[in-house]
Amino acid sequence: MKLKSRHLLGLRGMPPEDIRLILDTAGSFREVLDRPIKKVPPLQGKTIANMFFENSTRTRLSFELAERRLSADVLGFQSGGSSVSKGESLKDTARNIEAMKVDMVVMRHWASGAPHYLSGVIEAAVINAGDGAHEHPTQALLDLFTIQEKFKKVEGLHICLVGDILHSRVARSNIYGLKSLGAKVSVCGPATMIPRGLEQLGVDVYHHLDDVIPSVDVLNVLRIQLERDAGRFFPSLREYHQTYGVTLRRLSRAERPVTIMHPGPINRDVELSADVADGEHSVILRQVLNGVAVRMAVLYLLATGN
Amino acid sequence: MNIERASNLILRNVRIVDPLSGVDKITSIHIVDGSIKAIGSSLSAAKGAVVRECEGMVAAPGFFDMHVHLREPGFEHKETVETGCMSAAAGGFTGVSCMPNTNPAIDDESVVRMIRAKARDAVGGLVDVHPIAAVSLGRKGERLAPLAELAAAGAVAFTDDGDPVHDAEIMRRALEYASMFNKPIIQHAQDMPMTRGGVMNEGFCSTELGLPGMPGAAEDVVIARDITLSGYTGGQYHVAHMSTGGAVELIRMAKSRGLRVTCEVTPHHFVLTDDAVRTFDTNTKMNPPLRSADDVAAILAGLKDGTIDVIATDHAPHSYDEKQVEYQAAPFGIIGLETAIGLTMTALVHKKVITIERMVQLLSVNPRAILHLPEIRVTEGSMANLTLFHPDEQWVVDPSRFYSRSRNTPFGGSSLKGRPVGAINNGVVFFHPHSAAS
Repeated sequence: MKLKSRHLLGLRGMPPEDIRLILDTAGSFREVLDRPIKKVPPLQGKTIANMFFENSTRTRLSFELAERRLSADVLGFQSGGSSVSKGESLKDTARNIEAMKVDMVVMRHWASGAPHYLSGVIEAAVINAGDGAHEHPTQALLDLFTIQEKFKKVEGLHICLVGDILHSRVARSNIYGLKSLGAKVSVCGPATMIPRGLEQLGVDVYHHLDDVIPSVDVLNVLRIQLERDAGRFFPSLREYHQTYGVTLRRLSRAERPVTIMHPGPINRDVELSADVADGEHSVILRQVLNGVAVRMAVLYLLATGN
Repeated sequence: MNIERASNLILRNVRIVDPLSGVDKITSIHIVDGSIKAIGSSLSAAKGAVVRECEGMVAAPGFFDMHVHLREPGFEHKETVETGCMSAAAGGFTGVSCMPNTNPAIDDESVVRMIRAKARDAVGGLVDVHPIAAVSLGRKGERLAPLAELAAAGAVAFTDDGDPVHDAEIMRRALEYASMFNKPIIQHAQDMPMTRGGVMNEGFCSTELGLPGMPGAAEDVVIARDITLSGYTGGQYHVAHMSTGGAVELIRMAKSRGLRVTCEVTPHHFVLTDDAVRTFDTNTKMNPPLRSADDVAAILAGLKDGTIDVIATDHAPHSYDEKQVEYQAAPFGIIGLETAIGLTMTALVHKKVITIERMVQLLSVNPRAILHLPEIRVTEGSMANLTLFHPDEQWVVDPSRFYSRSRNTPFGGSSLKGRPVGAINNGVVFFHPHSAAS
């Protein structure tokens, strides 16, 4: 089985069978992670460059671990510590790294579309580890995997993404992936953070958490950027917490338990109260574990499919 | 660039489209020493005359692009006065107005004089260059530039293009002051706080692409304010590169009230929508951005009903490397001089949105009238200032063959119907070597 595309740039337009193939493959690798020796050989001799043009801890570590678990050779940088800060263009940076015979590039970038651009100027396979407010496909895939693990299905479930949808690549990739697998998707956030025309993607838009909580199976709570143009999109963190903070008291209005997800890192007691984040229905740490397995699956399928 | 003296030239069997004289007929034109000596279908081959068979071609009063960035002084790696004039001639334009966002800005008469001097030396002087100077010193929007001196040196209008005149007080005073010597203020209409960080039209496409948006409303609010100021001061106001349906509606209303308000649109804003950005091709990035299909429909309606006065290209050269970057990091702007006739013919005339006569008004008569430049007529005794184009020639845009120093166009590979063939002005003639018709 092979993926249709030789890059993973986003989930928009990805065929559902490709998503399922990645999730199934991730299932096998997930078992590997439970073994005493968590390393397998399929990417032996392959070289993978992790190019992070934006600060990231968990995604970078997750990719790095996935690459090492598959026995690949790994190199990488986070911008600031490389020639990027000297004003070299993305194209030149990437081509120089590729000249060292790299098979795949994993890139995180602050600019939407940067991985699409990159895939046109280098030969290596490109994996998008998050680009601007555009897509974060491996995050959405690990979210799908975690939902499937918990509910044994995705189709027919109601998942609500909560918070800053406007600036969220996690939200966009989740919407594409969840819709593709037949889930009902809604978003809930302040009107200032719901991008124009979002409903054309087939999602329901809510502005009041209490309206949506009774009918959801999963709340995927997005990180609110504390530094985000203070005062332009919402007045204060206090008001944000009062309006959109997910708390035990709010969740008590649900008729059935609501599964809580968060892509991290959490602002405790802002978008999520501590007791919910650490509560019995939180799968936040499962997401982190599954992320390694999902990234192993993506790396494996792209490396062996080409 | 291969130019010749128009010393003794006959254009045979050419269709003259001259709206000011009310002429639309197929005939022959005899040009001697840069002037039209005779027009008539029975012109006998004059002694020593070079005869050009022009069957199927149109001869119109020379096209004038009132929105061109020549980039000189300061950005000569993108374009110079000379290469910009070559690109204009190749696109069929005998005149352009250049924008003041140079370095230094055109906010001092010395810069106006320098550009005009360089233009006289370029392409044998074929292309008239009428600089448009800055409204404010350094285009900073704080203090008025020396408008009277700039006008005396040859500036035909004032704008801070590239940036808006954001301060309502500066706009009000500029309109008042410039009206003393009958010059228009041209606005790049953009509310800056509403578009901070924006790189494309705000709408469904920007939502999907996760690119920061620039709402059409940010253009409309500035135009609405400026119309009020134009009405209050009586100053002449012109909207550059108008791109929204809301703006078309505002201009329509202002005109119905009899205000001194005009506007221009670019070919890319009536040909492309923001859907083109999905490729992340940085040659789809310009300011104002490509808008929605509804906006394009409103612009076509405005072109048809006369609300829109001018087609101008906003020719904005950038070097290859400058555009070979992430979309959000790329500079705004595309070049347009050499594709304007092809796009206008293909998207407007062949699709019966407008007639060829109206196209000549939009590309020649109206921009000159707005800038108070002399009328051009295709009549016996007039100086020959002509654009020659073939309405039906099919061609594929090949940016590597452009005369501009830059190549930043989204239209490379596009198949167009209608092509510039030549330009004649100031006693000089250029025939485009790539046109089959020439």
